[in-house]
Amino acid sequence: MTKAMTPPVSAPTPPGKQKFQFARYQDLALVPVIILLLIIGAILSPIFLTPGNLIAVLTQQSELSLLVLGQAMILIVGKMDLSLESTVGLAPALAVALIIPATSGGLDVGLAAWMALPLCLLIGVVVGGLNGFLILKVGLSGFMVTLGMLTMLRGLQLAITEGKSLIDVPESFLYLGSTSWLGLPAAVWICVVCYAVGIFVLKYLRAGRSLYAIGGNSEAARAAGIRVDRVVWTVLIIGSVLAVVAGILMTGRLGSVAATQGEGMIFQVFAAAVIGGISLQGGKGTLFGALSGVLMLGLVEQILRLQGVSGFYIKASYGAVIILALIVTRFATGQKQE
Amino acid sequence: MNDFAAVARGVTKRFGRTLALDDVGIEIRAGESHALVGRNGAGKSTLVSVLTGMQVPDAGEVSFFGEPAPSVADRAAWRRHVACVYQKSTVVPELSVAENLFINRQDLGGGLISWKKLKAEAAALLETYDVAVRPDELVSALTVEQRQLVEIARALSVGSRFVILDEPTAQLDGPAIERLFDRMRSLQDKGVTFLFISHHLQEVYEVCQTVTVYRDARHIVTAPVAEMSKPDLIEAMTGEAGGLNVPSGADRPSSSDEVLQVKSLSGDHFSDISLSATRGEVIGLAGSASSGKHEFAETVYGLRKPAAGSISVDGAVVRGGDVPAALQAGIGCVPRDRHHQGLVLDLSIAENATMSTASAFVWPSAQRSAGATAIASYDVKASGPDQPVSDLSGGNQQKVVMARALAGDPSVLVLINPTAGVDVKSKESLLGVVDAQARRGKAAIVVSDELDDLRVCDRVLVLFHGQVVREFARGWRDQELIAAIEGMSSE
Repeated sequence: MTKAMTPPVSAPTPPGKQKFQFARYQDLALVPVIILLLIIGAILSPIFLTPGNLIAVLTQQSELSLLVLGQAMILIVGKMDLSLESTVGLAPALAVALIIPATSGGLDVGLAAWMALPLCLLIGVVVGGLNGFLILKVGLSGFMVTLGMLTMLRGLQLAITEGKSLIDVPESFLYLGSTSWLGLPAAVWICVVCYAVGIFVLKYLRAGRSLYAIGGNSEAARAAGIRVDRVVWTVLIIGSVLAVVAGILMTGRLGSVAATQGEGMIFQVFAAAVIGGISLQGGKGTLFGALSGVLMLGLVEQILRLQGVSGFYIKASYGAVIILALIVTRFATGQKQE
Repeated sequence: MNDFAAVARGVTKRFGRTLALDDVGIEIRAGESHALVGRNGAGKSTLVSVLTGMQVPDAGEVSFFGEPAPSVADRAAWRRHVACVYQKSTVVPELSVAENLFINRQDLGGGLISWKKLKAEAAALLETYDVAVRPDELVSALTVEQRQLVEIARALSVGSRFVILDEPTAQLDGPAIERLFDRMRSLQDKGVTFLFISHHLQEVYEVCQTVTVYRDARHIVTAPVAEMSKPDLIEAMTGEAGGLNVPSGADRPSSSDEVLQVKSLSGDHFSDISLSATRGEVIGLAGSASSGKHEFAETVYGLRKPAAGSISVDGAVVRGGDVPAALQAGIGCVPRDRHHQGLVLDLSIAENATMSTASAFVWPSAQRSAGATAIASYDVKASGPDQPVSDLSGGNQQKVVMARALAGDPSVLVLINPTAGVDVKSKESLLGVVDAQARRGKAAIVVSDELDDLRVCDRVLVLFHGQVVREFARGWRDQELIAAIEGMSSE
C-alpha cells in the first residue's frame, strides 16, 4: 500500500554508531558512472584524457548545464518551463537586433553597443516574469503556457531576423563566450560559479530549502508561512535569466546568433535533469545530481564523437544514449523515475 | 458453507529490517462486524493489504469462506472475495458514478459500451443498496459520505460479501457516521461481513460484535466486544493499564492578561465572531463540518482572507490573510490535515519541524539539532532527525506538525484537529503538550469534534452555520455538547 505503513518495531539506532545511509549519498550516485565513462573513453581513444579534450567537453556542456541548472530549480519547485530553449535564441537575437543597423539584419533602432548585455538579461527577466504571471496569477497550465511561449518566442526570433543568422554581433557580447580565464574558458568558470551558488543556496539558505517544501507539498509550505507564489515566480525568472546567459555564451562561442540557436536543447535539458535524479513530480533532487547528469551526457557524446559515429546516426544514437543513461541511472540509484 | 468469511493464520510480513506483522492471525466470522484496533504502526494497514492481496505475506496463509486465497496476480478473483474501502478514495473523480460502479466492465459483458444500459444498471444497483445519488453525477461532485457509499455498492456488486472499511469515519461528521452505521447494520442483516478499522473506540462498541487488538505487529487478543471494557481495550492496545489519561487542566492557573483578541471577524462560511483569549487559556471550538469552525481558525492563522473584522495579538493588529505576518505576530498553527497542509512528506523531520522558523541561513547541523530537540521534547518515535516524515506513523507525524507550530515559541496556538487519526498514546502526549504550553502562558484555540480534545479546554464555543451558538464552561456533559454541535437544543 502506501508509505504510511510504519515500522512498528524500529530498533533505536545508538548515537555515534550510525549505519551507512545510502540515501545521504544519493547525490553521488552518478560519480562512479562518470569515472567508468572516463575509463572507457581512455581505453577507446588515446586523446580522451588529455586536458584539451576534457576542457572541450566542459565547454560544450557549459550552455546546457546552465539550462539544466535553471530547469532543475523549476522542476524542484514543482513546475516546468519548456520555453527555456527559445529564450536561448530569442534574447541574444532581439538584443543584438536592437543595436545593429538594418543592413546587418537588425531592427535599425540603433541602441548603444554596451546595452547589449543588460538588454539581453532584461529580456530574460521579462520572459520568466511573464511565464510566472500567466501561471501563477492567471492560473494557466504551466506546461501549456511555456509550450506556447516556446513556439511564440521561436517564431518571434525568425520574424525579427527573417530566418537569417546575425553575424554583426557587438564585441562586448562575444567576450564571455570566447575568452579564457586562468587557462579555462570563461564559460566554464561561469558555470562553476553558478552551480556553486545554486548548490549553496538550495542547501544552506531558507529561501533555497523552500523550493523543496513547495515542490513536495505546496499547501503545507503555504501553511508553514512560505510565500509560495513569490518563490515560484522568482525561480521562473532565474531560470529564464540562466537561459539568457547560456544564449550569450553560445553566441560568443559561435561568433553569431543562429536563427535556430538553442533549438532542440530542451529535450537534453530534461534528460540531464532526470538522469541527475531530479523528479519531474517536484520536491526531489539536487543540483549536484543535475550537474552530474549533464557531465554524463557530455562524456557519452564525446566518446561517440571520437569514435567517429556517422553524422547521419548521431541523432539516433543520441536518443538511444539518453534512454540508456536513464536505464543506467535507474539501477545506479536504485530508484524508479517518475 | 464455512463459518468464517476470512481467516488469516501465521502471517508474517517484513519490510526491510522492520517486522510489520509477526506471526499474526485473524478469524472473521461470516455475518459479523469485526473491529480491528491498534495503535498506529500496530500492523493494521499491513494486514489489510495482505487480506486484499496487495501484499504477499512472507509466511502464513489467508482463506475466504474456507477457500484458499487466489494468486496475487488474479485481481478479479480477489475482488470477488474481498472489497476494501480505503481512507484514500479509489474512485476516479472525473468519471460518472455509473462508470465508476462498473469500472473496467463498462460493457457489461457485451463488448460495446451501451451508455444507456450502463446508466440503467447503475441506477438499479444504487437503488438496491439505497444510495441516493444520480448515476450520471460526477464522482468529484459527491460528498465523502456519498463517495464511500458508492465504493461500498461497487464492492458488493462485484459479488464480494466481505468488506473492509479502513477508518471510514475519519472524514465524516456525526450524522453521517450514524447513517453509515445504520447501513452497516442493515447490510449485515443481509449477510455481509465487515472488518472495521477505527481509532474511535466508541464506534467499535456501537457497531461491532467482535474486536481484535494488534500491538507492535503482534496479535494481542480477540474477544466479543460485549466482554471487553473500554479500559481493557485500551490496555490491550497500549500494553499499559488504565484508560485515556488526558490532562483536564482544571488546575491551570488563570490570568486576566489578554493575548489574542478577535473582533467581529467574518470570512468564508462564518460571520461576526468575536473572542478573546487570556494567557494560559485554552478555548475549544466545536461544530459540525459545515459550521465554519475550520474556516474561522484558518482565517485567524492567515490561511484565508477575512472579509471583515480584525485579529490582534498582544494589542497589535495582525494583517489578515498573510501567514508570515501571523507567524511574525506570534500565532502558531497545526493545520487541518497533516498530509495535505501539515507536512512535506519527503523531507526530514528536522526540516519539517523548522520550516516556519528557519533563519535566512540554514545550517544543517543546527537544523539537525533542532530536529533532535523536537524529537525529544514531543516524544516522536523516530530513528533520528534525518528520517523523512513519510516513514513515521500518523501519531508521530502529527507530533512533528505540533513541533513546527511551537518552534517559534508563539504566544497563540491555533490547533485544528490536533489529534485526528492518531492512536491513544499519541493523543495523550499531544494533548499533554497543549496543557503544558498553556501552563507556560500560551493561549490556544483547539478546533475539534473529539470530546477528548475538548476536555483539555477551559471553555468550549459551539459554532453552527458560522455563528457561535453556545458556550460551555468546563464540566460540560457529553450529551449536552453533542446536542449543541448537531444543532439541537438540549433544554
